[in-house]
Amino acid sequence: MTASSGLTTPRIAWRVATVRAVRQETTRTRTLFLDVLGWPGHLAGQHVDVRLTAADGYQTQRSYSIASPPEEKLIALTVEELEDGEVSSYLCSELRQGDELELRGPIGGYFVWRVPDGGPLLLVAGGSGIVPLMAMLRHRAAALAERTARQAVPARLLYSSRSFDDVIYRDELERMASNDDSLRIVHTITRDAPSDWTGARRRIDRAMLEEIGWPPSDEPRIFVCGPTPMVEAAASALVETGHAADRIRTERFGPTGS
Amino acid sequence: MALISRGFRGRRDTTKTDRLPPGQYETRDFPVLSAGPTPRNPIAQWALTLRGINGQSATWNWQEFTALPRLQLKTDIHCVTKWSKFDTNWEGVSIDALLEEAARRGVEPASYVMAICDGGYTTNVPLADLTGGKAMVAFIYDGKPLDPEHGGPARLLVPHLYFWKSAKWVRELRFMASDRAGFWESVGYHIYGDPWREQRYTGDP
Repeated sequence: MTASSGLTTPRIAWRVATVRAVRQETTRTRTLFLDVLGWPGHLAGQHVDVRLTAADGYQTQRSYSIASPPEEKLIALTVEELEDGEVSSYLCSELRQGDELELRGPIGGYFVWRVPDGGPLLLVAGGSGIVPLMAMLRHRAAALAERTARQAVPARLLYSSRSFDDVIYRDELERMASNDDSLRIVHTITRDAPSDWTGARRRIDRAMLEEIGWPPSDEPRIFVCGPTPMVEAAASALVETGHAADRIRTERFGPTGS
Repeated sequence: MALISRGFRGRRDTTKTDRLPPGQYETRDFPVLSAGPTPRNPIAQWALTLRGINGQSATWNWQEFTALPRLQLKTDIHCVTKWSKFDTNWEGVSIDALLEEAARRGVEPASYVMAICDGGYTTNVPLADLTGGKAMVAFIYDGKPLDPEHGGPARLLVPHLYFWKSAKWVRELRFMASDRAGFWESVGYHIYGDPWREQRYTGDP
């Protein structure tokens, strides 16, 4: 795309979205299923801007990753309620089925994956960083119904959560992996692992990435999404182990660690 | 015109609203946005180049660069992902100072600049937005060396545009006769990026 084509591209319009359903995912996260009038379609990994307007005209906006794959009609946004979150607390506590809100999108053309981009796919998530990666896994499952087709694009997910109860989409991920021998999902629990937890109990590190990821010679496509310190650590470890920096796409949220 | 969100009041701070561009909110943190891994290269290998449209270039190594006249700026910054941070303190070398020195070395400027960075990131900025004390190559934040996560050892700082224009890990400023899209500008973000006109995405007026 060039500067001149930029001038002729239509504006990404604000659209009205109607909440068709709400699903509590964990104590702090909730998925909104939205029917968006005139939605132009999206790619797995993209996000939307949500705009809220108070009765006196005050407005504010936030960005949320899309959790649903391009194949589904309703747009799913999974929102984590942040402490003091002006918008997230409204979306997680106040908003209900039948309400409307405004959004525009899809936004972002870099942190995206389409089935024809191929694999192998290495997804590394921390906390609610799973959301855009879930859109990729759902897209892969929806677009590749045949086992042999999925085997041509193998995928692995390394997913770090604070506690077992904080694992978003836990049951769906388990179902996905049990129906798909070319999908491997590994969880690590960093704070409160159940006493019978046999998996990893530490933050994502180099050893974990080497054990679970593909070797650099397989040239995996790598997407890392999560809190800034986690993404910094994972992306740096991947570079150190020989993965080309330009095959590692990242999306960070929140501040640098202390 | 806009749809009223039932039950939404917001937590606005009316004392600061004149400093917030449309659609932005204030944060006290310093979030990090980068498309890929953070480059970490030894300072001994660092150099900054200004490349003219006549093929001439001027290059400074770290020692030479940090010996140039310094500029300090206390400024608000605005990220396209919606956060704004007030009163951030930066120190670096003004683009004016770099241009002056580069002109002595025969570097011919042009109306547009492409900032080119470690890691392959690029962003385009009109020259007029870099001159007149408006912009610098910053290497000190809040009195301390700039962290790699935030663009250290040195980043472009163009605070009156959305912060993606303030390219992290900048290594070269390349003059261009006409405007061309950089990295984010070629994947859906606005070619210019003025927060006060809310020029977030391609197609925004």
